[in-house]
Amino acid sequence: MNYAYYPGCSAKGSSADYEKSTQAVCAVLGMNLVEIPGWNCCGSTPAHAVDTELSAALCSRNLDIAAQQGVEKLLTPCPSCLSNLRHTAKRMENPQFRARVDELLDNPAAPDFPGVTSVMQGMAAHCDANGIASFIRKDLGQLTLAPYYGCLMSRPADIMDFGDPENPTLMECLLAACGAKVLDFPLKTACCGASYGIPERTMTARLSARILRLATDMKADAIVAACPLCQMNLDLRQPQAAKEADAIFAMPVLYFTQIMGLAFGLSPDTLGLEKLRVSASALLDKLEPAPSISKTPVEGGQSCE
Amino acid sequence: MKNATDMSQRHDSGFTVEVGAQSGQKLSACYQCGNCTAGCPASFVYDRQVNQIMRGVQLGMKDEVLDSRAIWLCLSCSTCSLRCPNNIDVAAVMETLRHMARKENRVAVGNVEKFWFSFLNTVRAFGRSWEIGTMALYMMRSLRLFTDLDLAPEALKKQKLGFKPHVVAQGGASSVTRIFKRYKERAEREGVRP
Repeated sequence: MNYAYYPGCSAKGSSADYEKSTQAVCAVLGMNLVEIPGWNCCGSTPAHAVDTELSAALCSRNLDIAAQQGVEKLLTPCPSCLSNLRHTAKRMENPQFRARVDELLDNPAAPDFPGVTSVMQGMAAHCDANGIASFIRKDLGQLTLAPYYGCLMSRPADIMDFGDPENPTLMECLLAACGAKVLDFPLKTACCGASYGIPERTMTARLSARILRLATDMKADAIVAACPLCQMNLDLRQPQAAKEADAIFAMPVLYFTQIMGLAFGLSPDTLGLEKLRVSASALLDKLEPAPSISKTPVEGGQSCE
Repeated sequence: MKNATDMSQRHDSGFTVEVGAQSGQKLSACYQCGNCTAGCPASFVYDRQVNQIMRGVQLGMKDEVLDSRAIWLCLSCSTCSLRCPNNIDVAAVMETLRHMARKENRVAVGNVEKFWFSFLNTVRAFGRSWEIGTMALYMMRSLRLFTDLDLAPEALKKQKLGFKPHVVAQGGASSVTRIFKRYKERAEREGVRP
């Protein structure tokens, strides 16, 4: 089944592994992701921090392209893109705001935009936990994972529609369907320090250290992320966080799609695991062949939606 | 705040009204419970806490509020909005204050704004953001030439960063450039800093 897809800029740069594993896992699930043509940057935090209308113009251009293509639902892996696109769709319901944004565009934006949702929610809508379990080729039963959503995926609740804004559970459901042990991770929607790693490194290092320390104390084998920026702060910047916290961390930080891909028996190369700064090799050693390729329903295997 | 209860300070009630209108929030509903501050992950770097900012806005203390570092260090995580018992979107108030301060060229933490513009300049040029380009522009603007140099060996080894920007095809990049151009021209027409 085809799905219109907005990868976001990180997918073409620092989170190429998120992109690779997203594509691979969706292919296994029977979801064919089709990029909308000529998409541009959503503007991320800098655009909305500078001006709401500028941010909305950048987002509207993408939503307009999707609308012209007759798209009903657009999927994106990145919580920041998702937040900006959804905020814009909401704000464009206001005619005065829309008129100001239209002034910035080549042509006025389409009157109706398609809905935008996360790839994670797209997966859960596409198949239930039993469907996911039917693809399992490796036993993740020895893995203990700390699910980490970051702050944007579920907030604000009325815009993001991602369940409880401080206690979303969709990732847990998907990871459990893949057979992993999932921790009830208290900092799952805490902020990692976002893009302040560059202008205010100490703040980001301290915030990331807090998350890394708790996952370490809870004996997680890995933190599982859904956001390119969170993943970069927790993985690539892990030594900065360790220095700030006067600690030693060795915590792999994988995308949820990489974990799902491992469960589906995809190769580390297919999932871009070589891009991780903190190696996932300890995790790979814990994977066992699935005892039998079970087609029987898993316990509690209902919809993750 | 120097002293938020010292009513002898100059108040600007127009400021209070403007922040309320631009943010769409009922500012008088804030009764200083402090939940926003308690949940704020950036509070430890703030010069004024979020609840102090809210009080300052209510009292029309425009200079105190717009010249604070806090409004620039806010991470936009919206934990404050989520936990406000009176349903004030505090994060929207913080964002409104950033917009107002920027337009008047009052930027207490210059490097944050320099980073934003370094990022946006790559978007303006190519239609998509470009990480290495953003870093290079930021280092030049901030004169912090060693920013994240400790990360460079690992980032390069793992090919985390693209050396070439991704340019939006089919005229998309110039279409995005025109968005920025119109934005700048309109801001100049309206007499505000773009």
